[in-house]
Amino acid sequence: MAAPLLRWGCPGRRWALVWIDRGSRLRSRTPTLPTTERTRGQSSGTQQPLHTAQKSRKGEHKWAAVVGLEIHAQISSNSKLFSGSQVCFAAPPNSSVSFFDASLPGTLPVLNRRCVEAAVMTGLALNCHINKKSLFDRKHYFYADLPAGYQITQQRLPIAANGSLTYGVCIGKKQSQMAKTVRIKQIQLEQDSGKSLHDDLRSQTLIDLNRAGVGLLEVVLEPDLCCGEEAATAVRELQLILQALGTSQANMAEGQLRVDANISVHHPGETLGVRTEVKNLNSIRFLAKAIDYEIQRQINELENGGEILNETRSFDSKLGCTVPMRDKEGKQDYRFMPEPNLPPLVLYNSTSLPAHADIQQVVNIDQIRDMLPELPSTTRERLIQKYGILPEHSFTLLNEVGLLEFFENVIKETRAEPKKVTNWVLNNFLGYLKQQHLAVSESPVTPSALAELLNLLDSKTISSSAAKQVFEELWKGEGKTPAQIVSEQELELMQDQEALEQLCHAAMEGHPQVVTVSYRSQVFMGQLDTCPLFLLHPINNPYICVST
Amino acid sequence: MLGRTLREVSAALKQGQITSTELCQKCLSFIKKTKFLNAYITVSEDVALKQAEESEKRYKQGQPLGDLDGIPVAVKDNFSTSGIETTCASNMLKGYIPPYNATVVQKLLDQGALLMGKTNLDEFAMGSGSTDGVFGPVKNPWSYSKQYREKRQPKPCEEEEGSGWLITGGSSGGSAAAVAAFTCFAALGSDTGGSTRNPAAHCGLVGFKPSYGLVSRHGLIPLVNSMDVPGILTRSVDDAAIVLGVLAGHDPKDSTTVQEPIKPFKIPNLTDVNNLCVGIPKEYLVPELSSEVRSLWSQAADLFESKGAKVIEVSLPHTCYSIVCYHVLCTSEVASNMARFDGLQYGHRSDIDVSTEAMYAATRREGFNDVVRGRILSGNFFLLKENYENYFIKAQKVRRLIANDFVNVFGSGVDVLLTPTTLSAAVPYLEFIKEDNRTRSAQDDIFTQAVNMAGLPAVSVPVALSNQGLPIGLQFIGHAFCDQQLLTIAKWFEKHVQFPVIQLQELMDDGSSFLKNEKLTSVSLKQ
Repeated sequence: MAAPLLRWGCPGRRWALVWIDRGSRLRSRTPTLPTTERTRGQSSGTQQPLHTAQKSRKGEHKWAAVVGLEIHAQISSNSKLFSGSQVCFAAPPNSSVSFFDASLPGTLPVLNRRCVEAAVMTGLALNCHINKKSLFDRKHYFYADLPAGYQITQQRLPIAANGSLTYGVCIGKKQSQMAKTVRIKQIQLEQDSGKSLHDDLRSQTLIDLNRAGVGLLEVVLEPDLCCGEEAATAVRELQLILQALGTSQANMAEGQLRVDANISVHHPGETLGVRTEVKNLNSIRFLAKAIDYEIQRQINELENGGEILNETRSFDSKLGCTVPMRDKEGKQDYRFMPEPNLPPLVLYNSTSLPAHADIQQVVNIDQIRDMLPELPSTTRERLIQKYGILPEHSFTLLNEVGLLEFFENVIKETRAEPKKVTNWVLNNFLGYLKQQHLAVSESPVTPSALAELLNLLDSKTISSSAAKQVFEELWKGEGKTPAQIVSEQELELMQDQEALEQLCHAAMEGHPQVVTVSYRSQVFMGQLDTCPLFLLHPINNPYICVST
Repeated sequence: MLGRTLREVSAALKQGQITSTELCQKCLSFIKKTKFLNAYITVSEDVALKQAEESEKRYKQGQPLGDLDGIPVAVKDNFSTSGIETTCASNMLKGYIPPYNATVVQKLLDQGALLMGKTNLDEFAMGSGSTDGVFGPVKNPWSYSKQYREKRQPKPCEEEEGSGWLITGGSSGGSAAAVAAFTCFAALGSDTGGSTRNPAAHCGLVGFKPSYGLVSRHGLIPLVNSMDVPGILTRSVDDAAIVLGVLAGHDPKDSTTVQEPIKPFKIPNLTDVNNLCVGIPKEYLVPELSSEVRSLWSQAADLFESKGAKVIEVSLPHTCYSIVCYHVLCTSEVASNMARFDGLQYGHRSDIDVSTEAMYAATRREGFNDVVRGRILSGNFFLLKENYENYFIKAQKVRRLIANDFVNVFGSGVDVLLTPTTLSAAVPYLEFIKEDNRTRSAQDDIFTQAVNMAGLPAVSVPVALSNQGLPIGLQFIGHAFCDQQLLTIAKWFEKHVQFPVIQLQELMDDGSSFLKNEKLTSVSLKQ
């Protein structure tokens, strides 16, 4: 499910857009007035440059925030990165643990080909340079859910580097789209850790190693972001890309996508400030909140003469603030070392492929490039081109899991205009889903049913208000087709011109005053002559409707 | 029968001269008689007898699995053995019973070999004497040999305390003692800096270190992953070749093993050495080298020359940096490899439970000896961000230079290098422990360790007895993955030196029955 905050035009968050518009500038605020200030930022006009707003508050310093993200995406694979254990969400504790995962002495890592392919594919989709040779390293730290005492990662020479991620931010009241790009420093393959469950009551920690050794893609973004909204949008785009590629399910609620944010503030033109790291952000909404909170906290801290410590913090979603993480205190030296049990990972392209290579033993970059599916940005472009829908609608269609497929299935089966379909899918259909907190897959209305309904509307068998009524009926999920509902409830528009005219005359004669007023206004507007037909809804609408 | 080589006893089994069970029982009785040697940490009597029974059945059905069917073997206690305690001679792993077999162990068992037990070592294979394990030092069987007893000049005080015994060398001293004392026909050691070749030389055995990547390390509890190889200890070169033939080959569980299929190992009898070029590295002529070893080394070179081989002096100029380079790389990997021993998943766990960190600290203090802890501390120091460039990276560069020395020499037409294996014959325990583990390891690995840096195959072949009646070995170093060629040369050499069999009659009540009629040839090197 998409985080609702990401949908364009969420009024409570428009204040953030001001900052996006102005690049990475932030204005200092007093801690006691955050909400007022937010409102004020908004009221000063979303299109209004920030420096104008600042002029009104002379003597205050400007602040700029710098945000970098490290994103961990669990690779969608049957088995773990270096062992044959199954990868399975919510399996019974410690039921998917090989000898290697438990780091039994003498066990050795064996690299999973699928994980390498997923990394290459993700790298290609994110415009990265794929390193034909990459290396594995050990990163050491003691933690109960890290059985070997080190994590195998790619610190020195990762599988992919120097890429970019383009995401759209919406600007202004009209929410027009603006493309922004964040550079990708690198993508590395690494192992996930196990899970620690702390039982404070009995002061014990329980360890589940099911997750230990699952393959991760760590996507390191350059600090090109400046606020929570930008970070959230970039992460959402990455999530869509990973899902389109099938390289990660990227479900944040299930921990398949986790984000650490590095945040600092400074005065523009001066050196960057000390950064803090906010770890383990597991929803896009919290990500945005945590970053914005942390930026503000740092500004307040500095304005009050304090200093920022280079520390690791976590986000308390209940309190809505970041707090220092106790167990990560002190300087960590990870004592990186080459992983001696894994030879360098060598990739090939079609020209460098050895003549007698065992296909099972080599990964061909070109072959993976050919397998790349349509990426979200291309999909949006296609939707805009093909159906003439608005760019922001293309975002909404992609942001909701399954919505695009639903939309396209409706389009396939209906004669209605794509614009009409878009309106129905985005307003009525999505509105109902949101209201009842349902996913697209849980919808009681099938694409065919909606298509049929739109056909009825298109053929003017029913009016649009009747169509809404039919939709409401369909939503009850009683298995009736739109045609059945229309006929049962007698919602058809009358097509018999004579009968209609009779009805019209009867109605007009019964309401002479209304007719006079209506006639005058129509004449005034000069439209009466062009009006082809008076229509009367036989049951629901006692008034004459004028169809234009 | 026990005094025979593996190949001979294998033939005897096939011909029905002895059954697997009889052979197993004889070895078990020898293990009991030589218990004081402390060669074994665990004797897997029940397992071995059961395996012997099955082997016997196969022989009766005329379907033995191969040359190793029914052959008693021993395995160093740092190889995982399913269902059999594997301790690494450390408190840390006391009571640890692995749920899987190391690939090399599995391969031996698949061939029908009988697993007699797990042999003693220095804790986590860190040492060169087999004196620093938690189960106590291993005694060299040659301490009790007729040859040594007759020739040594006993020091009265030692004699009184019964402490005049010699070390086996290490760290695979238990495996060496087990083979030398006829308790098995072959044993697995591990070799990181000479741990197989060194005790082989001190115990009068063939100690073979295969090329890195030829034999799987899966299940070998690591010391230095990039240098460790399973080693083979036998009483003859042919035996080593037979075992290597079983062990060699790609293992999907070890990504560092070579993919290419391995041809069966056949060690031909080399009839002449006319086309052979033997290199003598001049840097190996160090002042600490005992005159006896030096003289035997020189005689061996002369032997090759006299038989038509080309013997030339070569230079491995970076040899002198090997020890210090090894120290950095070894301790760094040790620090990393030992991180998993935290008391959580397996092995020792301290009772201290005030916090997870306190439990880790106490577990590791109680579980590891001083040597292991010292190496962990040094290794972590070298891996610190501020030291990494100055130590680890530099050591890696030096390692490359050392490896390139060998590449250059072999590239110049040298087929094999001939060097000493050890500085001298085995020394008495009391003398050995006067120096600390680190000093000893640095001294004792001097001829063997560079080979591990370069991943080359090397074999120590017993040459002759010293004036004191103790074995001395010489080392051959071959081209990478030319293990077969190396063993062929070693076999030729072995045949020409006619190393004497250890005389252990005094130890064994019925020893005379199996040792009589064995050759007792004296040194026959040509001058």
